[in-house]
Amino acid sequence: MWEYTDKVKDLFLHPKNVGEIDNPDAVGEVGSIVCGDALKLTLKIDRETNRITDAKFKTFGCASAIASSTALTELIKGKTLDEALNITNQDIAAFLGGLPREKMHCSVMGYEALEAAVANYRGEKPCEVEEGEIVCMCFGVTDQKIKRVIMENKLRTVEDVTNFTKAGGGCGGCIPDIEKILKEVWAEKVIEETVKPRKKLTNIQKIALIQETIEKEIRPLLQADNGDIELIDIDGSRVIISLRGTCTGCLMADVTVKNIEKKLKELVNEELVVEVE
Amino acid sequence: MKVVYLDNNATTKVADEVREAMLPYLSELYGNPSSMHTFGGQVHRNIEIAREQVAALINAEPEEIIFTSCGTESDNTALMSALLSRHDKKHIITTRVEHPAVLNFCKTTAREGYRVTFLPVDKGGRLNLEELRAALTDDTAVVSIMYANNESGVIFPIHDIADIVKSKGVPFHIDAVQATGKIPIDVKKLPCDMMSISGHKMHAAKGVAALYIKRGARFTPYIIGGHQEHGRRAGTENVASIVGFGVASDLAKKHLQTEGTRIQDLKDKLEQGLFNTCPDPRINGDMVNRLPNTTNISFEYVEGEAILLKLNEFNICASSGSACTSGSLEPSHVLRSMGVPFTAIHGSVRFSLSRYTTEEEIDFVLEKMPPIIKELRELSPYGTDLACH
Ligand code: FES
Repeated sequence: MWEYTDKVKDLFLHPKNVGEIDNPDAVGEVGSIVCGDALKLTLKIDRETNRITDAKFKTFGCASAIASSTALTELIKGKTLDEALNITNQDIAAFLGGLPREKMHCSVMGYEALEAAVANYRGEKPCEVEEGEIVCMCFGVTDQKIKRVIMENKLRTVEDVTNFTKAGGGCGGCIPDIEKILKEVWAEKVIEETVKPRKKLTNIQKIALIQETIEKEIRPLLQADNGDIELIDIDGSRVIISLRGTCTGCLMADVTVKNIEKKLKELVNEELVVEVE
Repeated sequence: MKVVYLDNNATTKVADEVREAMLPYLSELYGNPSSMHTFGGQVHRNIEIAREQVAALINAEPEEIIFTSCGTESDNTALMSALLSRHDKKHIITTRVEHPAVLNFCKTTAREGYRVTFLPVDKGGRLNLEELRAALTDDTAVVSIMYANNESGVIFPIHDIADIVKSKGVPFHIDAVQATGKIPIDVKKLPCDMMSISGHKMHAAKGVAALYIKRGARFTPYIIGGHQEHGRRAGTENVASIVGFGVASDLAKKHLQTEGTRIQDLKDKLEQGLFNTCPDPRINGDMVNRLPNTTNISFEYVEGEAILLKLNEFNICASSGSACTSGSLEPSHVLRSMGVPFTAIHGSVRFSLSRYTTEEEIDFVLEKMPPIIKELRELSPYGTDLACH
């Protein structure tokens, strides 16, 4: 029986952005009829601003594949290509109010279609998008894709890798390889997390990285809650910020500052402390 | 909204007569049939009546029937018994399109050192009897082949198969779960050693099935315990369901005689109607030797789960062999074995009718189905030139 959210059902029964754009600026095609689902994404892109002005899809697949396609097109319309590429399969699933675990591969397919379309627009060959060796013959899944999906979705089990990529869901012949990849990824992760040999950054590099981290990692989160952040100054290892919008007076401000600090420590430098102006 | 139930190969509605017959055993007649007192003993008598009724449906003798809990148990019991009774033989023959109850049992034994021959089928879902003949060896412990396929509805030439198997003196088990009640079966004319049949596929309740064991055939019980079923299947009887199964068998037998071709005609109407309104559907399976109630149709370039969910909006129940509905990521093993092309395999829909199916229901499906296929084809990146009229 289907355990779909009302949102999935609604977007399956009443999909949005169905069709193909005439003379599209970008086309992304992923999946195949053999595997049971496929998505063709066409985009209209403003060449000046690199903004996606229109997005349409055609999808062969089950209800969650069709709903994921609507979610994808709704999420990327009006965004610049870079902004759009920041969307993850989790955003697609979240847009739908969640997907059954074993249907997560539908959200991954949506993300891949976007990647393929952007690669197509930028004149890269689609094969450059997904390098690596085929691990799962049944569904044509590469080790690169498996690795990426494992990391992005913090997957720990073969079953989940199958849920998210389909790999392993056919003859099962590739399951030992998937197990190996899982071990590798998490072993690497552990090393990274514990020793993390960081290059010493020059002051300029550090400032740039702090700015980038705030832009890419922190601001979107705050904006989602109607808040905002401004970087005031960087003094040695002190990062001085000011919070805007609902964040300011909010009881959570303290927590927010702690979280920002944690992110910056993790991504830039252990020594950083965050202060509010 | 009224439910239009066209998924009768999955399970069926409990017939009113069956339910009525069962009710006393769920209230005042709760005695244990093994008890010495009259209160329990009278229950036992009714189990024996049910045994006669079930036996009559396939023209067996009552003592050749044991009751089990489900079709899977009957299948497992039959195979296990055959292997235990001939433990020096290490070869099993079955087909690629069996129900998982047989298929996975055989795969398990294969891991334990048995050699298993999975006979292939052709495009029409048919077996090549020469391959069966060639596969039989002195080491063959048992042959297990279904009477009719649950997904495609294809009926195997079971009499010819039985003749070939018995000519080599090998025990033969038939999984007749989908065939019983739908077509006449006569074990007196069919040389098999065991046959599995199930209650809930023929308007009895869930939780009851039977295994026919030919008189004189070697048998080793699977469930060990008390002396129930003459020591051939231990465990306190599911009295209410067994009594209901008896009534259901009686009803099925009557309907087989009186109903004529009504279900077949409705199915033909459904098929014909879909062919007239949707371009390029394809019937999966032999057009001639098919169960009268089953049709398996593929609509190319659309996906089965999507079709089912759209049908579900109108309370129409059917099933599909697509990957998304198979519970795994691979489409139906039956359709794959038949070499149904991938463009069609994911878009397969099975409608299975019953004697309760009405013409209005078929008309309703014929009204709803074409726009559904049309909508989904418009969504699909493939086969854009196809659309329903
Ligand atoms: S190779 Fe991956 S499931 Fe078959």
